[in-house]
Amino acid sequence: MREYDKLIFECSVEGRKGYSLPQSDVPSYQPPKNLVRSSAAELPEVSEPDVIRHYTNLSQKNYAIDLGIYPLGSCTMKYNPKINEEAAKLPGFAEIHPLQPAETVQGALQLMFELDRMLCEITGMSAFSMQPSAGAQGEVLGLMIIKAYHQNRGDYKRKKIIVPDSAHGTNPATASMIGMNVVEVKSNAEGGVDLDALKAALDDEVAGLMLTNPSTLGLFEKNIKEISDMVHDAGGLLYYDGANANAIMGITRPGDMGFDVLHLNLHKTFSTPHGGGGPGAGPVGVAAHLKDFLPIPVIVKNHDLYDLDYERPLSIGKVKGFYGNFGVLVRAYTYIKTMGAEGLKRVSELAVLNANYMKEQLAEYFELPFKQACMHEFVLSRLKNNPSGITTKQIAKRLLDFGVHPPTTYFPLIVPEAMMIEPTETESLESMEEYISALVHIAREAVENPEIIKTAPHTTPVRLLDEVGAARNPVVTWQKEDTNKKQAIVRKGV
Amino acid sequence: MKVIEGYFYSKDHEWVKVEGNLARIGITDYAQDTLGDVVYVELPEPNSDYQAGEAFGVVESVKAASDLYTPVSGKVADVNGELTDSPEKINEDPYGSWMIAVEMSNSSELNELLSAAEYQKWCAEEG
Amino acid sequence: MFPYLSTTPEQERIILDRLGLQKADELFRDIPDTIRLKKGLDLEQPKSELEVVQILKHLSRCNWNSDNKPFFLGAGAYDHYIPSTVRFAIGRSEFYTAYTPYQPEISQGTLQAIFEYQTMICELTGMDVSNASLYDGASAAAEAAFLAADSTRRSQVLVSGTVHPDTRKVLSTFLEHRGMELVTIPMKNGVTDLEALEQTVSNKTAAVMIQTPNFLGYLEEIEEVEQLVHKNKGLLILSVDPISLGLFKSPGEWGADIAIGDGQSLGNSMSFGGPSFGFMACTRSLIRKMPGRIVGQTQDLEGKRGFVSTLQTREQHIRREKATSNICSNQALNALAASVYLTTMGKQGLQEVARQCYDKAHYAVSVITASGKYRLAYEQPFFKEFPIESPISNKVIQRALLQKKIIGGYALNRDYPELENGILYCVTEKRTRQEIDRLSQIMEEMA
Repeated sequence: MREYDKLIFECSVEGRKGYSLPQSDVPSYQPPKNLVRSSAAELPEVSEPDVIRHYTNLSQKNYAIDLGIYPLGSCTMKYNPKINEEAAKLPGFAEIHPLQPAETVQGALQLMFELDRMLCEITGMSAFSMQPSAGAQGEVLGLMIIKAYHQNRGDYKRKKIIVPDSAHGTNPATASMIGMNVVEVKSNAEGGVDLDALKAALDDEVAGLMLTNPSTLGLFEKNIKEISDMVHDAGGLLYYDGANANAIMGITRPGDMGFDVLHLNLHKTFSTPHGGGGPGAGPVGVAAHLKDFLPIPVIVKNHDLYDLDYERPLSIGKVKGFYGNFGVLVRAYTYIKTMGAEGLKRVSELAVLNANYMKEQLAEYFELPFKQACMHEFVLSRLKNNPSGITTKQIAKRLLDFGVHPPTTYFPLIVPEAMMIEPTETESLESMEEYISALVHIAREAVENPEIIKTAPHTTPVRLLDEVGAARNPVVTWQKEDTNKKQAIVRKGV
Repeated sequence: MKVIEGYFYSKDHEWVKVEGNLARIGITDYAQDTLGDVVYVELPEPNSDYQAGEAFGVVESVKAASDLYTPVSGKVADVNGELTDSPEKINEDPYGSWMIAVEMSNSSELNELLSAAEYQKWCAEEG
Repeated sequence: MFPYLSTTPEQERIILDRLGLQKADELFRDIPDTIRLKKGLDLEQPKSELEVVQILKHLSRCNWNSDNKPFFLGAGAYDHYIPSTVRFAIGRSEFYTAYTPYQPEISQGTLQAIFEYQTMICELTGMDVSNASLYDGASAAAEAAFLAADSTRRSQVLVSGTVHPDTRKVLSTFLEHRGMELVTIPMKNGVTDLEALEQTVSNKTAAVMIQTPNFLGYLEEIEEVEQLVHKNKGLLILSVDPISLGLFKSPGEWGADIAIGDGQSLGNSMSFGGPSFGFMACTRSLIRKMPGRIVGQTQDLEGKRGFVSTLQTREQHIRREKATSNICSNQALNALAASVYLTTMGKQGLQEVARQCYDKAHYAVSVITASGKYRLAYEQPFFKEFPIESPISNKVIQRALLQKKIIGGYALNRDYPELENGILYCVTEKRTRQEIDRLSQIMEEMA
């Protein structure tokens, strides 16, 4: 097939149209001259076939979960059921306005109300807000609630948020976004929170602790009860980062572990698609003592009628317009209805089983920083036999030649040359075997033919890209002159 | 790893070259090597005042960003604007690529810094 | 039973054997018994696809939708026409089932689409650089306020009272937690009170934020605001309806430093308020402080053009607590919808949509106010939304419209008590003369 290398602007021909609108059936009115723009925005001028070919060609330069295994650790790239997409596109969900009267959107409100109940049951919390658009926004909301809780008790000195050193980068970024200070505590030899270090960090200025459990190392924090007691005794609250909730559904619940507030990533655990980087949804759940601080509005049910309640004096306010990424909520709701209690538990069992299988198969070739049974993901370090110093980045690039997506790399930060693998429950034994044999093949190449790894990828639409050049002189919009120059060269036949 | 005799060094991997009361400050060969290809450097406005240990700017590679700390207190007398346009010079010639020149308000702070030999030893321990 | 799971019981046995286990449950032995769930979750039984479809269809039918009823409701979410190309493109699963483009060599589709999106947003807003999108218009406003504070090293933000109330609520929530000061400039005659602004703006002001067309639909006069802000070395943040830019002056032409807005109207369905996306574009000097992902052009080993996420050191995964924002997932697919929309409508189509909105909204005002029973709340230039005042209670009007299966406007008294019976109507290019006449007729019969 021919290689496609055009920008949409390079397809543009003056006067060409790709749209049709009904003729206007009203008189024309004259807008005030001083407010009218001086020249039209230079948008592309293309026909409908141009549009479709362009985006179809672009789509073919992407890897996606619908093409194969995508085992990015902590990203939970599971299969995205098609029925979810159909549900979200129903006109009664897609074509409804957030401000139309409540009596005309009872179905939408009921869906959000019931999703709230289901997520409470799954996590052991007492109420949810669907407002956050993603995990990171959920974290912001969660910490705002923690802050509001302390301040409502008249305690203004609690500004410290404790995070383990294996934490995701959003945790510290979130804390500083809302004016709190981060205190990092070290991990112990088993990859858990070091209790002595935690004890030393706890005082009456601690607002709370943020924890992912299982941790970003794919390990369950065995001492979670001790940890939650210690933090609560010091007057702090516990925040559960739900990034890894795919490991525990129907097995254990953050609420029972002692967490006070949490977010879930519906685009991870609850099968909604990642969209190439969003939209996601990061609903926040709280224990009973934090309910009053949830953002407005809250969905309430009065005599079989659902409504939106804005009269919440202790509410932290709003973190997003309207009520959340409703279209994503529809998909997650559909998923939970499909799987039921039994299915969700099976999801976690298989996710954990698959991860342990891959870990065992790869332990022969890669260093394994933590030997114990993992949960839904695991972390590898360097190649065991690595005479020419192959790096994780090079392994990742070489994996591209095998037509699969590499794992999460260089994270968590506390493991050198980390590779974090999360197969998820939807991968079959065959696809895991293929992935394992690709990695084993590369491990052999590292000894026999390291050059082929160092120069990878070889078969992708583009080869290794110059990221240094891109960052030194950022070109972030199309430069007409570049195209003109290129076309002049082509015309001259150079 | 290259060091230059007669310069002063901080544990944060800045070097100081003293010219009378003026201290020229840059980052060491070890620092540029650890950072990788420098893509951007942010430097302060001239005439701003800094205390020793305060961050005066940022140096960035594609995958890392590092704060720059002044090892000595004083007023910024001069800024090497050339680096903003050509940050790769920091990789090519770290000791020629001074970032700021500070009029020292307390030259005794130099006593706290490392000599070339001490700095080399420090890096060996860190690495 | 579970069509999404591929492991057969035999395969499960093989895996367990290789791990030396009897049951998968043994893998959870690190979880202390005290916190293990002793019984199953109290959720319903699993369901077949057919059963689930029926539940979802039933719920969706309980909602009135713009597919079969005329909507005259705007106030931040808009019923514009979405060309068929948009659903096709964002429905390609190579786009919607991909992750964030971490591996650029196999993500050129997403990366190039974002690069083109950035270019179109810059064209539209008249700004130099754009990011890859933010969550929505309201959170873009909060991020813009942080960006302004960061770059001016000041902590006071002035926001006009004519900015969308939800946006102001989000701003106040975020700014309060960040320890910044938010001052609201009152509304006068439906637009920002410039005298009050002049008295408030000072050399402590990081930014002034104005929305145009504003929440009431009126076009704000920016010239004087721009001079006031820049005289005080603050930044001008303009929040805009991107459709209006098919006709009216861009933030760049007004001299804005940061342009933001909600992008739903560009090819995204209303979807009960989300997902939508926020856009943000700014002057070149602010690029290294801009939040969110940015895609840049570069070349590969062989000199071929390619695209990468760039300037990543601003972001949370590198800077951690010093990052410009904690955002990671944004709204890539919604931004893609906007790109396909802008590509399909193109240079002429966007102008035509804007023009039709303008004409139809003005036609609506002329028929609604013809008899004198209703009046435009303020005499100011407007785009596609307008507030109508009358002696009749807004509840009575809304109920009458609902009875005739029309979704009317937004009651303004909650946010603007001075407009006691005021209703904000919106007329997009989708509304026909017949629908507008009918709206006006029903209103007329009431009075």
